[in-house]
Amino acid sequence: MAKVKRGKVVRYNKWGYIFLIPFVAVYVLFQLIPLFRTFYYSFFENYRSGLTQIGPNFIGFGNYAKMLSNPDLWMYTKNTLIMWVLGFVPQIIISLLLGAWFSDPSLRLKGQRFFKTVIYLPNLIMASAFAMLFFTLFSDGGPINEMLMQIGVLKEPYQFLTNVWSTRGLVALMNFLMWFGNTTILLMAGMMGIDTSLFEAAEVDGATSTQVFFKITLPLLKPILIYVMITSLIGGLQMFDVPQILTNGKGDPMRSSMTLIMYLNNHLYSKNYGMSGALSVMLFIITGILSLIVFKFSNGKQDK
Amino acid sequence: MLSVETNETKKGLGIHARRALAYIVLVIMSFLCLFWFYILFVNATRSKGELTQGFTLLPSTHLIQNWKGVMAGTLPVVRGMINSLIVATCSAVLCTYFSTMTAYAIHVYDFKLKKFMFTFILAIMTIPTQVTALGFIQLVADMKLEDNFIPLIIPAIAAPATFFYMKQYMESALPLSLVEAARIDGSGEFRTFNSIVLPLMKPAIAVQAIFTFVANWNNYFTPALVLHDDKMKTLPILIAQLRSADFLKFDMGQVYVTIAFSIFPVIIVYLFLSKYIVQGVAMGSVKG
Repeated sequence: MAKVKRGKVVRYNKWGYIFLIPFVAVYVLFQLIPLFRTFYYSFFENYRSGLTQIGPNFIGFGNYAKMLSNPDLWMYTKNTLIMWVLGFVPQIIISLLLGAWFSDPSLRLKGQRFFKTVIYLPNLIMASAFAMLFFTLFSDGGPINEMLMQIGVLKEPYQFLTNVWSTRGLVALMNFLMWFGNTTILLMAGMMGIDTSLFEAAEVDGATSTQVFFKITLPLLKPILIYVMITSLIGGLQMFDVPQILTNGKGDPMRSSMTLIMYLNNHLYSKNYGMSGALSVMLFIITGILSLIVFKFSNGKQDK
Repeated sequence: MLSVETNETKKGLGIHARRALAYIVLVIMSFLCLFWFYILFVNATRSKGELTQGFTLLPSTHLIQNWKGVMAGTLPVVRGMINSLIVATCSAVLCTYFSTMTAYAIHVYDFKLKKFMFTFILAIMTIPTQVTALGFIQLVADMKLEDNFIPLIIPAIAAPATFFYMKQYMESALPLSLVEAARIDGSGEFRTFNSIVLPLMKPAIAVQAIFTFVANWNNYFTPALVLHDDKMKTLPILIAQLRSADFLKFDMGQVYVTIAFSIFPVIIVYLFLSKYIVQGVAMGSVKG
């Protein structure tokens, strides 16, 4: 068929390029050039000290050396990872459970539409408004403290936002609530894709539902689980809105909930461009490596 | 079916126990998802005085009064809503239209750089916007586009994730024979795209338009770097401003109303469209 229409096809195919123009033009202008500029800036000493502008002077990898030798970077990396893990572990457990239940035809759960709608809802909420809401709800004189005192759990208000682990816990709770519905739907779609004859065979052999879950569902779900975990980690490294608003950009108490992107944001606001550049490049490289892993796994999935 | 169930009751947890457990966990999770927004709703209807009198589950009658208080206050909430609406709507329209066009280019035509472009777009999909932020704000400053919506709207044209979704959808919904038929009828390529392909892509466009709208409505990082003038600020920036203000000066009822007006419009729209959204998430994931 292609042979017959060769001439025509070639004539039409220039439209492939024409239709790509808007995407490419906008991408180059607003993403690619800024990306290169960010790389470029990372090699210059360029910041403000009080009112005087230092630089820009070329210093090679000076910014990187300075950044990596600063304990702040490691502290914020640790904070980001801790809050990600605290949110991700319950998220994956609950999502696996709900996904298994939703996709199990023998359970015949009623109201699935309703439950799916509800658990996905927090994903669409404005993260900054959600964090602001949690800030007011969990403030010292806020409704949660009042409620806990009224029902007699607490005698005096618990200061959620002045304790390290309760602050991190709140950030993790918000991330958990915002993302477990999404993960449930992803995992459920994966579970629906498993060949039902495997489950039937297991039932004939007398396997319990727990055995089926651990021996059949989980191993077959491994590629999707890895995909979910790494995309969640990429998202976790970008954690910003929730801790930024909850702690008013300070990462209090004692910067224990300051994330990497909050650090970047602070550099950008104080016009510390050299450091922002180095930090951006580092995040770019880490995300790039993680994406490569995802890419490999999802390609393997398609080959199957 | 029956024999299977009795078989299961003998070994491990019985089906009834499992079903009960599933419902309990689902109810708890649903409660955890809705509880905060219910308190938000209740507190938005209570007056400043009532809010100091402890926690309650019953709404009061001061919603309108609180709203009027917000309107009279210093925070330009209405202006912020209009700004957010402009940015989110324009982004959603441009993003879906041009992502469909990009997907169409890759799906229908055969050209030398096709494979390269497809791989390239997939590769850039996971680059976080934050890592280009430094270069981006420099560019915006150079183009004198600070306090302007253009740098927030135009970049939506190049959206790799939306492109990918559209491409997946086209594979199942757009037969190439249809495009051929249009050509035989003498339709130009651009017209074919606008009058035949776009209507066919409506379900996918609707889903992605919602996602893009919500993502832009909620976006805080980039707008906060670009918009500094009070008249141009979007809602998330105002929320951040509310957080950094001296709290004691604020009427808490008004604070709750402001948060409610950032959150509830999205919830209401979602409740009407949830079927398509949840399906859309599942669909995007299968091949993702």
